[in-house]
Amino acid sequence: MEAIKTMRHSVIENPCHACMPLGAILAFKGIQGAMVIIHGSQGCSTYMRRHISEHYNEPIDVASSSITEPGTIYGGSVHLKKGLDHLIQVYHPELIGILSTCLAETIGEDIARIAAEYTVERDMGAYPLVSVPTPGYGGGHSEGYFLAVRHIIARIARPVPKHHRINVIVPHLTPAEVREIKRIMDLMGVDYILCPDYSETLDSPFARPYQKIAGGGTSLQELAMMGGASATIEMSRCVETHLSPGRYLAGTFEVPLYNSPVPVGIEATDLFVNLLKELTGQPLPDVLQRERGRLLDGMIDSHKYNAEGRAVIFGDPDMVLAVSSICMENGIVPAVAASGVHSKALELEMQTLTAGRTDVATVTETDLAVIRDLAVKAEANIAIGHSDGRYLTEREGIPLVRLGFPIHDRVGGQRLVSVGYAGTMMLLDRITNCLLDSKLSAYRPRMLKKYYSEPSGKF
Amino acid sequence: MKTDRGETLLKARTGFIRTKGERMPTQSCEADSVSGSVSQRACVYCGARVVLNPITDAVHLVHGPIGCASYTFDIRGSLSSGAELYRYSFSTDLKEQDIIFGGERKLAAAIDELVQKYHPPLVLVYSTCVAGVIGDDLEAVCRAAAQRHGIAVLPVESSGFAGNKSEGYRVACEVLMRLMEAGNSPLPAMEPGINYLGDYNLAGELWIIGGYLRRMGVKLNAAFTGDSSLKALQTAPAAAFNIVQCAGSMGYLAKRMQERYGIPFFHVSFLGLQDSADSLRLIASATGDEEVMARTEELIAEEAGQAEPFIQAYRDKLSGKKAAVYVGGGFKAISLIKQFRELGVEVVMIGTQTGRKEEYDEIHNLVEDGTVILDDANPAELERFMSRQGADLLVGGVKERPLAYKLGVAFIDHNHDRKHPLSGFEGAVHFAREVYHTVCSPVWKYVKQGG
Ligand code: SF4
Ligand code: SF4
Repeated sequence: MEAIKTMRHSVIENPCHACMPLGAILAFKGIQGAMVIIHGSQGCSTYMRRHISEHYNEPIDVASSSITEPGTIYGGSVHLKKGLDHLIQVYHPELIGILSTCLAETIGEDIARIAAEYTVERDMGAYPLVSVPTPGYGGGHSEGYFLAVRHIIARIARPVPKHHRINVIVPHLTPAEVREIKRIMDLMGVDYILCPDYSETLDSPFARPYQKIAGGGTSLQELAMMGGASATIEMSRCVETHLSPGRYLAGTFEVPLYNSPVPVGIEATDLFVNLLKELTGQPLPDVLQRERGRLLDGMIDSHKYNAEGRAVIFGDPDMVLAVSSICMENGIVPAVAASGVHSKALELEMQTLTAGRTDVATVTETDLAVIRDLAVKAEANIAIGHSDGRYLTEREGIPLVRLGFPIHDRVGGQRLVSVGYAGTMMLLDRITNCLLDSKLSAYRPRMLKKYYSEPSGKF
Repeated sequence: MKTDRGETLLKARTGFIRTKGERMPTQSCEADSVSGSVSQRACVYCGARVVLNPITDAVHLVHGPIGCASYTFDIRGSLSSGAELYRYSFSTDLKEQDIIFGGERKLAAAIDELVQKYHPPLVLVYSTCVAGVIGDDLEAVCRAAAQRHGIAVLPVESSGFAGNKSEGYRVACEVLMRLMEAGNSPLPAMEPGINYLGDYNLAGELWIIGGYLRRMGVKLNAAFTGDSSLKALQTAPAAAFNIVQCAGSMGYLAKRMQERYGIPFFHVSFLGLQDSADSLRLIASATGDEEVMARTEELIAEEAGQAEPFIQAYRDKLSGKKAAVYVGGGFKAISLIKQFRELGVEVVMIGTQTGRKEEYDEIHNLVEDGTVILDDANPAELERFMSRQGADLLVGGVKERPLAYKLGVAFIDHNHDRKHPLSGFEGAVHFAREVYHTVCSPVWKYVKQGG
């Protein structure tokens, strides 16, 4: 593997990731009855709401403490407390996430202390205010996501008596994927607590009357129970130790931690269901066995088309790893695997995954300008990642299979499914069809140009 | 109907909401957002970026942490006939150590790298909240870089907390003034044309209006800032007069240019048939040229003649419907009231993020009794008043769209991200068609049957 380490220059050109509090908002959207307030200027919260609602096509209500200039000098705790009052009056949340921003952290606001003061001043007893320090400069949205999940669990989980349920921590997937993972676990008879569960909240059905906070999400009772679970499955190979909710549960409550990759691709899905088999003692149900067989059948049908694929893959580290594995399984070269955030784990996992290959470049803490250069050098013929990679198509003619976050120039990003055997099949078909489309739309003129010549001569 | 617990209205917000015809104190506006109210407003940086972003050959460099740049990466529909550099999103990506030790060196290095790579005539460096708080001296860094590279490098003092979007407009206008001053090399003798302020060439709107002007025989000198370049902007001081469309963002620049260069200005609007025709006549008569006036009448007759049958057909389908409007500035809100009237649609709720006092007065004069007027509204208020007023559609931006849809209400995208023009006679037809497409869609039939 070509060892392209973090590529640093003095400027980021076309960012590949969003900032930390955005990921934290997503995590809180997976908690029942939760609302979020961002401690900072109004603009951050508005931009994040806009960014998220474009992808999900759902109203994303997030409050801001709306710090103004005097607040940056005298401190913004008054703003935050007033903001909490207003938020509670209008939304009646069951839990409130308090997130900081670059501004709040820079001027030295201690949101945990302000939250504690507020609880006392308003005589709120054990009401769950969950503060998470998420300066945007502290990391990308994938990091903010895990940090928030960890803080939520740390705040709510209790040392309850041991029970047989299994904690399942999912990374930032689509709501439809969370539903698919739940379906697989239901089929296998697993009794689980899934967190954060945004399968309904970020993809809510049309219904009247309108709910200001969409129904669904991991409940406070479930969160409290997580401390007594028989195991935690954390679907992330790339989460850093200090951000990992599973590590927290293992460290604090001694819940055994099983790390599983995101179940995209046949190998990763096998690992996931085998783990479930092991933990529950249940066999693989016939339905899933047949889905696996159908996936194999499809992989065979498509393998020759896929053999021509050279992919540039970019996005959250876990997503990049998952897509790289499905590429490797199907003979597509993951020629460039890139993430906007720094991720040692992704680099190491990619080394293992692509051991012995010299035509694969992994790069983290990078931007879309670098990714574009690498893709051109690597002669990539397919891009897999979020909408911000559209210049790969617009400028370089590399078609883009949209996956991950954000997808703002197509509908349905929240409904894509790439996990499990059935989801893997859907993703693989999208990839194969993209390769086929390039091939079929160009091959007549190409062949004509390459091989045809006007008949000439006497005989 | 949803039963309201009556608690969704915050006391701190009462002065910002009024109903025409009810005795109430005057509209509060131009104030800071209420903490925790879930305001739909954006920041100073956002406002400055809206105004300056369409300058196509500039490097737009955001000095701050990554997010501020990620959220503004090529999100606007301004089109260019030349350079494409403005679509890129550049950030100094400030990290913790920069916040401790300052980001000036990083900024200087970023400018150097970008100038080497892209050779732009202009670099605009946007300040963000963090850059503002750590006290980086953007002015000094930019001045030094300008000297090093012999090009224009200007700071945009747009720290987000220093006000809201309208403050950002003002900041941007100051930058534009500086750009014009910097181009103070003697202007080439040329026929005086007019400048067009407050059009961002969304989906080619500037080109539509520019086409009309050409047919009238009026020379368009510089446009602020749709499809503009540094060079074009620097010719602006030579203009005979300025026309101003989006007054919220550019009214200030018009005043400054009048003070500085003695260029008179007046307001125009190209939203709707009536406004478009009125505005073109105004421009023609300002030239004082009989021929121009005659050509303008021809143009209006032709264009309006083509558009009217369409508008009439849509009015037949839409008349009696009720609209809610929640947009960024007052100019757009006022134009929409008139434009909906052309379609037989009544505006029953109307609000803006950053409308000014004069604009609210005009809105108040234009709407019917019973219309709810809101400043800096939030989703809870929009939901409440749209439902109470029985709105059939909402006009708004990206964040408002899903709310409307979840309430089963039609929606019109009237923001900087849209991909179809709404200006001029054709724009009026597009608008009417969009209203028809959304209000009369078959999907609502299933929704009315209960979700
Ligand atoms: S940090 Fe400031 S400038 Fe950047 S998005 Fe937030 S409010 Fe706007
Ligand atoms: S990077 Fe920081 S300042 Fe910018 S949007 Fe994110 S939290 Fe706000």
